[in-house]
Amino acid sequence: MQTRQPLVESPNGSVELSNEEIARYSRHLIMPEVALDGQKKLKAAKVLTVGTGGLGSPLALYLAAAGVGTVGIVDFDVVDESNLQRQIIHGTSDVGRPKVDSAYDKLKDINPNVDVRVHEEALTSENALEIFEDYDVIVDGTDNFPTRYLVNDACVLLNKPNVYGSIFRFEGQASVFYAGEGPCYRCLYPEPPPPGLVPSCAEGGVLGILPGAIGTIQATETVKLLLGIGEPLIGRLLLYDALGMSFREMKLRKDPNCPVCGENPTVTELIDYQEFCGIPQANAAEQVNGVPEITVEELKQKLDNSEGINVLDVREPHEYEVANIGVRLIPLGELPQRLAELEQDDILAIHCKTGARSARAVKLLQDAGFQNVYNVKGGITAWSEEIDPSIPKY
Amino acid sequence: MPKVKIPTPLRQYAGGNNEVEVGGATAGEALGNLASEHPDLKQHLYTGDGQLRSFVNVYKGDEDIRYLDGQDTEVSEGDELSIIPSIAGGSVVRRCR
Repeated sequence: MQTRQPLVESPNGSVELSNEEIARYSRHLIMPEVALDGQKKLKAAKVLTVGTGGLGSPLALYLAAAGVGTVGIVDFDVVDESNLQRQIIHGTSDVGRPKVDSAYDKLKDINPNVDVRVHEEALTSENALEIFEDYDVIVDGTDNFPTRYLVNDACVLLNKPNVYGSIFRFEGQASVFYAGEGPCYRCLYPEPPPPGLVPSCAEGGVLGILPGAIGTIQATETVKLLLGIGEPLIGRLLLYDALGMSFREMKLRKDPNCPVCGENPTVTELIDYQEFCGIPQANAAEQVNGVPEITVEELKQKLDNSEGINVLDVREPHEYEVANIGVRLIPLGELPQRLAELEQDDILAIHCKTGARSARAVKLLQDAGFQNVYNVKGGITAWSEEIDPSIPKY
Repeated sequence: MPKVKIPTPLRQYAGGNNEVEVGGATAGEALGNLASEHPDLKQHLYTGDGQLRSFVNVYKGDEDIRYLDGQDTEVSEGDELSIIPSIAGGSVVRRCR
């Protein structure tokens, strides 16, 4: 068994296990790698999970079950029906509740011995250091680049390990970024992709089970770090492909020129991560600057008044099958080759699921010389919410 | 010919393939040939002035080509190049500053 310095010192006399806890953790206590001392370390440990969604769900559940004494959860979102396919910490009866409340109840039910600390707020450059300071390990289960860079930089500045996991469709990545012992996230990816170039899970989809695989890897790495056993994923990027059912591993190196953990760091305090990621305001990833928009109400009115507006759907055929408003479909990817099917002089309203892809389609059509093209704000989701609830929301 | 492994987010720009065999004696040549065969991939791999994008990492085997000879890294028959883009998916913590 490999041993390394555990993140949590052996608590000796300061932490004791009750008879109930000894019975609960029996399967840990009979393994020499954990044993009584290790279980006490876990009880003394404080772990923060950033996000209680796809990755945060299995992660927090297993950490609580394993007996991590303090589990912090950061989230400000509300449980939505579309979360239930993968966010197993929340149930159907939790829809509409704050995620931290739902997670708190579930964690306390699994293990009432755990001190669950709720941070119902957005993680920001203003509060991240203060929140992180109390914890031994930070586990990153966020879904966007600004928060990922924020979590990384805060961990580097505080010299805390950042247990990283990320998922997309059928593929996941996991690693442990710990600047004190190896590379950080910025050594791997110095800069984020420009907004819109890499689709999010909301846009690209994700297999519901995938975060289970990656989240449990993150939980495993966390417990190993706390106990000081095994070989952590420091300096290694684990790649998981659910379709091929294969794991691969890439070597990661510390970049001496890394702006935050390198030899001459230029980032010495937390910065504006929205700006760093090229997002001028919250949620602007969904928007393309300067694209003319039309609301679903305006569109409905124009259609009702037969004002000669043509509607085009630029989603994929499998999405069209789930929900459509009976208009013509040309998937965004095929649009450049199918411009001839559209009349340049027509007034066109373009929609997709929420408005991001259609904004790109509007830009594309404008560049091709179309004059009267509008992006349907909020896409078919807004149409379902505000105009016709019989259209399913997906 | 070396093989290039295409990650899920980029497959739609590479004819749906998860692996493509391309000619080329260096990593740079192989990627260039890949981009010429699949022009839609180009903007995802390269910046306007032809530099490999910084959020796209390329590995030969399990080594980042940045720590080999970069785009000049030699590749031969049977070598495997992997494109590893940054992905952000996980939970929804949408706002941050």
